[in-house]
Amino acid sequence: MKYQSQKVALAYFACAMILFAAQVTFGLVLGYIYVAPNFLSELLPFNIARMIHTNALVVWLLLGFFGASYYLIPEETERELHSPKLAYIQLVLLMVGASAAVIGYLFRIHEGREFLEQPLWVKLGIVVAALIFLYNVTMTVLQGRKTVITNVLLLGLWGIALFFLFSLYNPANLTVDKMYWWYVVHIWVEGVWELVMASVLAFMMLKLTGVDREVVEKWLYVIVALALFTGLLGTGHHYYWIGTPGYWQWIGSIFSALEILPFFAMVMFTFVMVWKGRREHPNKAALLWALGCSVLAFFGAGVWGFMHTLAPMNYYTHGTQVTAAHGHLAFFGAYVSMNLAIITYAMPYLLGRRPYNQVLNMASFWLMASGMSFMTFTLTFAGVVQTHLQRVLGQGFMDVQDQLSLFYWMRLGSGVVVVLGALLFIYATFVPRREVIETVNPAAAPAE
Amino acid sequence: MSEGLTKSQARNIFFGGSLFFFVVFAALTGHSHYYAVSKSTNAQNLTDAVVRGKRIWEKHACINCHTILGEGAYYAPELGNVFVRYGGKDDPAGAKEAIKAWMTSQPSGIPGRRQMPNFQLTDPELNDLADFLEWVSKINTQGWPPKDSG
Repeated sequence: MKYQSQKVALAYFACAMILFAAQVTFGLVLGYIYVAPNFLSELLPFNIARMIHTNALVVWLLLGFFGASYYLIPEETERELHSPKLAYIQLVLLMVGASAAVIGYLFRIHEGREFLEQPLWVKLGIVVAALIFLYNVTMTVLQGRKTVITNVLLLGLWGIALFFLFSLYNPANLTVDKMYWWYVVHIWVEGVWELVMASVLAFMMLKLTGVDREVVEKWLYVIVALALFTGLLGTGHHYYWIGTPGYWQWIGSIFSALEILPFFAMVMFTFVMVWKGRREHPNKAALLWALGCSVLAFFGAGVWGFMHTLAPMNYYTHGTQVTAAHGHLAFFGAYVSMNLAIITYAMPYLLGRRPYNQVLNMASFWLMASGMSFMTFTLTFAGVVQTHLQRVLGQGFMDVQDQLSLFYWMRLGSGVVVVLGALLFIYATFVPRREVIETVNPAAAPAE
Repeated sequence: MSEGLTKSQARNIFFGGSLFFFVVFAALTGHSHYYAVSKSTNAQNLTDAVVRGKRIWEKHACINCHTILGEGAYYAPELGNVFVRYGGKDDPAGAKEAIKAWMTSQPSGIPGRRQMPNFQLTDPELNDLADFLEWVSKINTQGWPPKDSG
């Protein structure tokens, strides 16, 4: 840690991990409700548990983005943060808002649009926290060295805040409501979040592989250009069947099919950098997460997204378990893994020690990655069967669901593995102990 | 990365291209907004009751179990066309009554069966909700869903 104010990131990462634990725990409860529907059905109905599962996810990912920004911006701009104090105030605001929202949900205090269930005052609190954050990081960047990584990161963060404002607009016409709802949801995860993801990965590649900044930055521009060129009009794949014009079937199909390109570019980028890199960074776990992130994002967001994005396909699969399968691996691969990568990378520096618990950390990667992949496969099979029975043969929804229970049992099993992996990750990251296995001397290691 | 591309060229392509695609996207959503309110959603039938029904739909977070026009959770049936499924095309009054009866009879408490909470809706609220679902069922969704099963 070169700058004292980077320490702010530690508090953000710790809070993110608390919500991560909550998110996967509620995920497990939901998976169990799928196979035992009477479980907690009066106390904690499915809709409330799901709101906590998705909201906790989004908030902890954002906390991770903020933490990552506070960690890397001082190093990139070569100066201390504008105000560490404001950063802590922002964190308190966000945690108060998030806790109040979750507790409120349990007492049925919520709004009713998917993912945007936060009561208005929580939404406004989020906006205030975002403004504090943007002020803080923008001032830091303006006064320091400007790099492509900070430019792209800042653009992504500003985009997150600006597009969140559409959450305050809830028109009475459901079709219009849905159109602008996607301005938040799609343009976040298939637009500006990719800017954050790509810039954090670029920072990690720079540090882990020692490749020239010039090369990394050129890649970064190409990746984010591909992301926005395809992702903006790719929003059209949500405008097929909601009362919007038919031309979206062409625009959405073409551009969202191309959304696989930025993810493919990220795989190429990370692997080429590691291949060309001359530096042997001791934090192998961070490297595993970074490479795992680009690969799993490529499959989860790219391949599984493409699978049901063409309008003639989506006509049958829209709103089935195929969507759930894609959603799980896409979020895990792209944004969960990216956050866990930067946390794994930054924590030893934040604690002022050499990389620790690397074997445990890498074990947690394989647990989570395999558990989540298996979950994605089972949900995909469930979705394919559902699509055929319900959308082709026209069987009733519940009759079809009853035939899918085997898949839901397997999904529950994979969910247990993911939760164990998540807890192991948190343990490995926050309970450092003396490293058991000495880092191999790079000179002594056999060449591949 | 290609040697032919300089960093400043890459930057200009990124900013210029993104701006271009954003403007195209914003213009198309502007048109779609107009199309929705003037053509596809029968906006003239968007009565106060329908609007109240949408708020009830939101107040109880129905979307976190059900889908509506395919969006939401995938735990409970699609409701965009529930009005059609209940025979609303031939007998609108009957379909409304069936929807209301279903709502008030929950939860079933049957073991092994997915449980829908009872939201304790009053009769006027149930009417508003049914009106909302009727209005939604008439949105022009380009022929989706493929079957009445939703």
